[in-house]
Amino acid sequence: MKRENLLLLVVFILLALVPFAAELTGQSSWIKLVGQALIYGMAAASLNFILGYGGMVSFGHAAFFGIGGYVVGMLYHHFDAGTLFLGFIPGTDQMLITLPAAIVAAGLAAALVGALSLRTGGVQFIMITLAFAQMFFFLFISLKTYGGEDGIMVRRTNSLPGLNMKDKATLYWVVLGFAAAYYLFLRRLVQSSFGQIIAGIRQNERRMAAMGISTYRYKLYAFILSGMGAGLAGALMVNFLRFASPDMMHWSRSGELMVMVILGGVGTLAGPFIGAGALFTLETMLARVTEHWMLPVGILLLLVVLTSKGGLMALARKIMGGTK
Amino acid sequence: MILLFEQLLNGLQYGVTLFLLAAGLTLIFGIMGVINLAHGALYMVGAFAASWVAIQTGSFWGGLLTGLVASGIAGIVVELGVMRRLYARDHLDQVLATFALILIFNQTTVLIFGRQPLFTSTPEVLSGSIEILPGLPYPTYRLFVIAVGLAVAIGLYFLINKTRVGMLVRAGASNRQMVRALGVNIQGLYTAVFGLGALLAGLAGVMASPIVSVQVGMGDEIILATFVVVVIGGVGSVKGAFVAAIALGMFDTMLRAFLPATLQQVMPGPEAQALGVGISSMGIYLMMALVLLVRPRGLFAGRG
Repeated sequence: MKRENLLLLVVFILLALVPFAAELTGQSSWIKLVGQALIYGMAAASLNFILGYGGMVSFGHAAFFGIGGYVVGMLYHHFDAGTLFLGFIPGTDQMLITLPAAIVAAGLAAALVGALSLRTGGVQFIMITLAFAQMFFFLFISLKTYGGEDGIMVRRTNSLPGLNMKDKATLYWVVLGFAAAYYLFLRRLVQSSFGQIIAGIRQNERRMAAMGISTYRYKLYAFILSGMGAGLAGALMVNFLRFASPDMMHWSRSGELMVMVILGGVGTLAGPFIGAGALFTLETMLARVTEHWMLPVGILLLLVVLTSKGGLMALARKIMGGTK
Repeated sequence: MILLFEQLLNGLQYGVTLFLLAAGLTLIFGIMGVINLAHGALYMVGAFAASWVAIQTGSFWGGLLTGLVASGIAGIVVELGVMRRLYARDHLDQVLATFALILIFNQTTVLIFGRQPLFTSTPEVLSGSIEILPGLPYPTYRLFVIAVGLAVAIGLYFLINKTRVGMLVRAGASNRQMVRALGVNIQGLYTAVFGLGALLAGLAGVMASPIVSVQVGMGDEIILATFVVVVIGGVGSVKGAFVAAIALGMFDTMLRAFLPATLQQVMPGPEAQALGVGISSMGIYLMMALVLLVRPRGLFAGRG
């Protein structure tokens, strides 16, 4: 077994043991903390695919995260009230239906946003993705049926056949399973010829075009795939917290996802997960100590951006002796 | 009709505020190539400094001066301490570093002033209203804001088009490397432009302070609208920023004033209200998306 795979397996086993450790020490909040960090890690990893590998700086990624979450919330709302969405789609609380629905909805939104935004580049691309995310944000705020600014409470986590999803630990393991699967999926994707083309476009778009590759189409596919990943993460988050709110797609959330990617390491597979874990843990810990936790986070972030290239992953490699 | 005219004036007043912010932001963008998300923080600094002094001393004008000085100093400190290291970096690093600056500015402001909004009143001389049309009294202070904004626009026009500094600014916006190669002290120019941008942002904050509630996060709300203005106008173009700021200011104000009521004629009350407000908030972003689809570099973009 390769060293990298061995390390992954060890990390996976350690993460799987978190609920037991939490029970032993009586720190039940650990499950919630690590679970959320894993989900944010998935969202950040999906952003990293277009940002780190594809060089597309999207400042509106939280929109897809939020859309995925809202699909779960809205389907539950209709299931609970016994009404039909748009007059013909019944609600449901089955995770096997809600998650694919969330992925598809986020993918459709990403197709729309990507098709229009990818016509521009540079600063304009950053700003137009932000603009679309803002539009979704305000759209969901104005939907009174789905709670407006307050969002939707999902009273019970979606059910999965054969599992007791009310149990916190079970839900955590489901989340961990999805995170691990998503990690492996991204690893395959990056190594595939598709992933190589995306990386090639980042390095030199004109050269890829000269090789006869329709760069716009490939970038759009990557953007859609990335949006679908964020949608899945959002859907899991709503299941995990049993709450969907417009805050999920606020522009500062998009900024936070970018921070996680950079903090962990741009264009690395594990980076976004490490970054998400580090930032989310730091925020949670600091928030317990002081209400002014944003100040140290801001200073730390500034120092990381100004002084380092490559984030925590590069730092780890330096310490480990630089094998790669 | 009277109502429409009043809302147009409100739109104009919002538009010049956006222009004060956008002029600095577009110059910083155009000349240094830096995305400064923290520009709104300088607006907040101006507003807080001015309000605090105005509350302590009772003098609006003292507040105005303090606000300008505070935002100018904050701008120069930010330029020397942070921005200078970002010019050669890519947009991603700039977005993140200035995002971090927003967190730092916001929390520092909370530490100093707390979370309660500050309220100030308009200065004595400008507190009344003027009947600009028969049956339409309009607050003198808002007219004053419009006048100041237009005066700054004219001043900037002369500064950029008729002076030596302005010539360097224009040259820097169209070809940075060439200006540097010709032996211009580019560092000094950068600091000066950033300071000027900060000063204008501070002025916008001071002007807005008696009208809006001065609170932490006030900069974050307006900075997004400012970015929309800059991108629609074309990065680096002050003229574009002016046209886009006035147009968007009016467009946004009109939507907010009339859309909810219009919707209420076809929908039940509360839903129409919520939807109207939501769509009004989306308006400027929709505008930006449409403009960029037709002109991917904005309306008045240079060669850049």
